[in-house]
Amino acid sequence: MAELNTGDGGGGKGGKVRSKKQNSKVDLTAMVDLAFLLITFFMLTTSLSKPQSMDLSLPNKDEDDKPVDNTKVDENRTMTVMLGADNKMVYYMGLLATPKVGPKDIAYGKDGIRRELLKQKKNVLAYSAAKGKPKNGIIVIIKPTKKSNYRNLVDILDEMAITGVETYAIVPEFTPEETKVIDKK
Amino acid sequence: MAKIKMKKKSTSTDMTAMCDVAFLLLTFFILTATAKVPEALPVDMPASVAITKLPDTDLAIITVGKGKVFFDIKGRELRKRTLEGMGAKYGIEFSEEDKTKFALMDDFGVPITGLKQIIDMKAADRTKANQPGIPLDSLDNQLKEWLLISRRATIDLDDKELQIAIKGDAKEEYPKIRKIMDILQDQKINSFNLVTGTRGKDF
Repeated sequence: MAELNTGDGGGGKGGKVRSKKQNSKVDLTAMVDLAFLLITFFMLTTSLSKPQSMDLSLPNKDEDDKPVDNTKVDENRTMTVMLGADNKMVYYMGLLATPKVGPKDIAYGKDGIRRELLKQKKNVLAYSAAKGKPKNGIIVIIKPTKKSNYRNLVDILDEMAITGVETYAIVPEFTPEETKVIDKK
Repeated sequence: MAKIKMKKKSTSTDMTAMCDVAFLLLTFFILTATAKVPEALPVDMPASVAITKLPDTDLAIITVGKGKVFFDIKGRELRKRTLEGMGAKYGIEFSEEDKTKFALMDDFGVPITGLKQIIDMKAADRTKANQPGIPLDSLDNQLKEWLLISRRATIDLDDKELQIAIKGDAKEEYPKIRKIMDILQDQKINSFNLVTGTRGKDF
């Protein structure tokens, strides 16, 4: 790209001093490089500085106009996850008195809750398919205790998004038995 | 025999036009970029895989960290209108200058009585001012009023519903977040955003 100045190397006859013709072109390559680098920088920083956000929709809280809902939820489909202090988590399937799985301690992340969620999701789908309702997926009940922090909540909601669990609820109410289980851990 | 002479082609291209375009774009991006102002309450947001971006306007952000609650509204006209509403509600007179300054401000965390003081400060001092947070207990729930008035202002101005985002510190305990969610739900805001950082799925 850079232009070689191939003027005659002098050596004329008689040693006549001739003013060299200057090349009027300026090499703009470096300047364009720099300009594009800066463009890239500004483009990326303007769009990347916007914070990401996660949508969260909660059910209506108003008790007055709540329709009386007596739909029984099949306990074979529910998974309860209790978020405890110090990033601990306990989960069980079904009812606490007669749990299908657990109650067990489990860690956050892909080797902990995610693997379990995917496994249970598959089991529930198989169970529902056997009952002739293949659309009934797993229902996850998230119970954050008073000692859990915001990161735990976002983490578990994130797991729901990753594993594709569509039905989940945040229920911060505990039965005495559940409190016992989470306190023991 | 006549020799066929190959014409020597120049390898250099004319870069002038390219340079012009590049600098035009560069100028555009520099001018549209907004400088980042330091937040009054810095929080360490938890990360998630969500990639939805927050809107630029008609947005209220409730920042929760260190047990304090800060409030921020995006959109200048909306801020002005909200301040007017709050002034009328609590019987505090805000001058036109105050309103303009408030429109250009960022988040704040003071009771309404101390707001004037914060508005009069310089931007750099606001972050150091050690603001106590917006009161939200049941006796004096100013966060609720801020929300109500800013939502009304959004509907007046743009005929749109104000979007609410909660920006919580990762270490903030759940009951505090719950309280904010309860205040939102008391106003029948059942759908809102949680501001998070980003991370991959592999953790």
